[in-house]
Amino acid sequence: MSENKHKTDVIIIGAGPVGLFAVFELGLLDMKAHLVDILDKPGGQCAELYPEKPIYDIPAFPVITGQELTDNLMAQIAPFDPVFHYQQMAESLTKLDNGNWELTTDQGVVIEAKVVVIAAGGGSFMPKKPNIPNLEEYEDKSLFYAVRKMDQFKGKNILIAGGGDSALDWCLNLQPLAQSMKLVHRRDNFRAAPDSVSKMRKLVDDQKMKLHIADVKELHGENGQLHAVTVQPKGEEAYQIECDTLLAFYGLTMKLGPIANFGLNLHENLIPVDTEKFETTTAGIFSIGDINSYAGKLKLILSGFHEGALMAQQAFRYVYPDKKLRFQYTTSSSSLQEKLGVDDKAA
Amino acid sequence: MKIFVTDRDGKEHELEALEGWRVMEIIKDYKLDLKAECGGACCCATCHVYVHEDWVDKLYEMRDDEEDMLDEAIDVEDNSRLSCQILMSEELDGLKVTIAPGTEI
Repeated sequence: MSENKHKTDVIIIGAGPVGLFAVFELGLLDMKAHLVDILDKPGGQCAELYPEKPIYDIPAFPVITGQELTDNLMAQIAPFDPVFHYQQMAESLTKLDNGNWELTTDQGVVIEAKVVVIAAGGGSFMPKKPNIPNLEEYEDKSLFYAVRKMDQFKGKNILIAGGGDSALDWCLNLQPLAQSMKLVHRRDNFRAAPDSVSKMRKLVDDQKMKLHIADVKELHGENGQLHAVTVQPKGEEAYQIECDTLLAFYGLTMKLGPIANFGLNLHENLIPVDTEKFETTTAGIFSIGDINSYAGKLKLILSGFHEGALMAQQAFRYVYPDKKLRFQYTTSSSSLQEKLGVDDKAA
Repeated sequence: MKIFVTDRDGKEHELEALEGWRVMEIIKDYKLDLKAECGGACCCATCHVYVHEDWVDKLYEMRDDEEDMLDEAIDVEDNSRLSCQILMSEELDGLKVTIAPGTEI
């Protein structure tokens, strides 16, 4: 099997808290999981939007941050060796002749499994785009929202837009190999790490890069190749900045993406499920967490955990059709404790 | 108490407001199109609104985290605010805001 092809019991789309805990519930019932996530790390919203913010409604944790919750879940599921496919978007899902599902990601990874669990929250995190008329013309040609290969930017006249860590980090990393580096931000104040900000200011003082306090308003160029960008400083006249590459870092937002085309009878961008098994209208495809919908649904992490536990019961019947499901508690079952790697003393 | 919310199509909606509710929550409660994806944690900028000029000075001043988060909003103006950071009180009865671009669900 090539390195891009995998076979497992369950594919989980989304490595947020609910997808992570599903690994645990599936693991107790001897099912292995592969997870696909667009981010480069586990935790979903908890890790991307509010890693430092306290959460107060996780059972038994009076207070826990998004990052701590993620770290704890990663520790809890470690015994089950989940496989993560990061920075990939689940792109298409097809039913194979053998009854299994085959998921293909936008990076060409193919995973076959008996069961698919969609735990995609609010969808895939995608870059926010500024409100500029002819943006699409330049995208992936001379306008980018991420850096995958630094080499691509060697010798370029780069303009970076934004004031967060991504903007500042790439400013500092790409400046040595760029022909010229400019940064444009709406105010002379940066929320990025103070150390990055002072390094950037030093480069500006040393005339190794330029800083413009303004908003990007228009793009100029032809056939997708940028020549210049019009920027608007507050209360002053707009002017042009010459550049051949624009890197825009305005943060991420969630979009449903290709899941909309999986044929799951979406209702207002949510996936309807039953409340016994949290299965969709398609047998073998489940949906848990913020992305599903049913009567009385509450978008809470704790609800997603409950949904994952019930989902795993039914998933077991697909993965092990000939086995009888035995309900056990981790407190008393030595076989569950063995799976968790609990030694005799701790038990 | 009431607030007046203009949607992205320019239509004004008169919404019943409750003391202590965030303006974002009121807008969501009436099912107007506002993403507010982080749910009020001041972490996403997808509840961005423009505050009518008559009301700008009546609001509490922005905290640093709100100003920081506006960096990720689209088309930020001097009267830009995150509606999850505006708490309703008697003084804001009649508040007028317009939903900004980039906040679509």
